[in-house]
Amino acid sequence: MLLSMSTFYQLDFEKPITDLERQIEGLEADIRRASIPAPVATPADDAPTAPATPALPTLPPVDVNELAQRVEELRALRNKTLEEIYTQLNPWQTVRVARHPKRPQTRDYIDAFCKDFTELHGDRRFGDDPAIVTGFARIGPHRVMIVGHQKGRTTQEKLACHFGCAHPEGYRKALLKMKLAEKLKLPIVTFVDTQGAYPGVGAEQRGQAEAIAFNLREMSLIRTPIVSIIIGEGGSGGALGIAIADRVAMMRNAWYSVISPEGCAAILWKQANEQTNSQAAKALNLTAADNMRLKIVDAVVEEPVGGAHREPAAAAKNLEAYILRTIPELKALDPDTLVNQRYDRFRALGSFIELPS
Amino acid sequence: MAKSAAATATRTWSDVKSPRKVVISEGLWLRCPSCEQMIYRKQMESNLHCCPECQHHFRIGAAERIRQLTDPGTFEAMFTNLRPSDPLKFKDLKTYAERITAEQVKSEATDACQAGVGFIKGRQAMLAVLDLNFMMGSMGSVVGEIITRAIETAQERELPLIVVSASGGARMQESGLSLMQMAKTSAALARFDRAGGLFISVLTDPTTGGVTASFAMLGDLIFAEPKALIGFAGPRVIQQTIRQELPEGFQRSEYIQDTGFVDRVVSRHNLRTEIARVIDFTGK
Ligand SMILES: [Zn+2]
Repeated sequence: MLLSMSTFYQLDFEKPITDLERQIEGLEADIRRASIPAPVATPADDAPTAPATPALPTLPPVDVNELAQRVEELRALRNKTLEEIYTQLNPWQTVRVARHPKRPQTRDYIDAFCKDFTELHGDRRFGDDPAIVTGFARIGPHRVMIVGHQKGRTTQEKLACHFGCAHPEGYRKALLKMKLAEKLKLPIVTFVDTQGAYPGVGAEQRGQAEAIAFNLREMSLIRTPIVSIIIGEGGSGGALGIAIADRVAMMRNAWYSVISPEGCAAILWKQANEQTNSQAAKALNLTAADNMRLKIVDAVVEEPVGGAHREPAAAAKNLEAYILRTIPELKALDPDTLVNQRYDRFRALGSFIELPS
Repeated sequence: MAKSAAATATRTWSDVKSPRKVVISEGLWLRCPSCEQMIYRKQMESNLHCCPECQHHFRIGAAERIRQLTDPGTFEAMFTNLRPSDPLKFKDLKTYAERITAEQVKSEATDACQAGVGFIKGRQAMLAVLDLNFMMGSMGSVVGEIITRAIETAQERELPLIVVSASGGARMQESGLSLMQMAKTSAALARFDRAGGLFISVLTDPTTGGVTASFAMLGDLIFAEPKALIGFAGPRVIQQTIRQELPEGFQRSEYIQDTGFVDRVVSRHNLRTEIARVIDFTGK
């Protein structure tokens, strides 16, 4: 199970990188060892009574400068390889990067660039779903409402958040806070990161489908700017339930689709395994580039080389910059124009043939 | 673990297929999957496709549904010039293009939704019906577009809107574009709602996934045929997640009425009457 392997999580396609990093570490250790003065040699070698045991081969003298140069070369190679691997990720590899346990989540981005975050809990109907985080914050000069899926980092948090799979109360909480933002004329920023809405007995009893449907309907009419960013996983209705926005963006290594590759493989390929998951991921056109081409998203937020999990701060910087340049564009529109343009944006999506009637 | 279940957190086709294999042969007789009586096909068909012994509601396609609901000769089909394209050149074990052709031949329909204006016991209405005979009534771009145009037409002509759902959910072969149909139809319903339109959503067996999580659950009134499977996630996916027995009657119409998400469970025999009564009562 990918998500539970946080400590030992390694992406197989990153093996050339880890191999190089191991070599670099080894050489660096050699350099450290070489810089420690060697113990004074005893003249034992000359002793005539030396036993018949063969003398250990003497290590060649270590040239620290040469080693350092080798390290530098390997570093350059590592960076080049990393860039090559990440610019050529296939869709299934992208999904696995999007699920990396070290990948920044909603709360990490809040910590990185949201000031004065005031978390607001609960849906005033049933409870408080920790799988969706909501609250007031400042991003740059803008006072905003934050709404985002939270997957959890520690085992305890992951279980409480159901790994980012929200219940109906999560979607209702999200809408309640968005309606509050509308009243207060605050722009709304949503961070999408879920494999899908939670499939459970309680979720069904409390109207999972109705909660999502109602969000889709009501978000389309909210009279303040909404910016949504798929920061990791964008799985189906569970993602869409907080992603009816004026601008929808995806982080470079996020995925967004009607179903997870495993779910799709299980149904259409009759089994989910590495091979079919990979085929399904490709067929689903779920990458940021695919979704741009289909006009499902309006922008791609770049990640640092090697993915957001390698340099969360750099990823956060890009995300913040995207939000900072998008909010003023939307604030410039009057509410009627804003809502009409949002309607037109979604109304135009789809692909079909229209025969002359 | 929660994760493995979440990975398949949407519905699957096998969830929405009948648990027992009902081989509807072309024979004169068939076995009712509910009471297991041998029943005479003609008698079942003339009973609105319900079992004459136990009133089990057999699944019906869009053409039969329209025939049952509307006054004879009053239905005018609309948006019949829309055809599925294959925007993603989708290919699993079969290509989507092959599937479309095969389903069109099998169902004699062009996609999984039929819509038009008709009369129900003399009351004019905009009607849209999902068609289980075409790819399990799944919603791709054509279905989303027809539903949206039906909503817009109902608003323009100030007609009550009736949508009869029967669907496995969003269509995987159009991926994100299918997902966006949920947004599109729901946004159109938002406008219709604010304009004061009346929307009666009728849920039939099965209504699951992205269809339930969009227009089907947004009715001003939600009717459901008896014992229809209605849900977001499929029962098999839920069982994999919780690893316990599901409650008795879980995700069936009567249960959904008890949990508060269906206004009335209405048998097929009363559907016309109940729809007409609501249209009259609301003055739409
Ligand atoms: Zn029967």
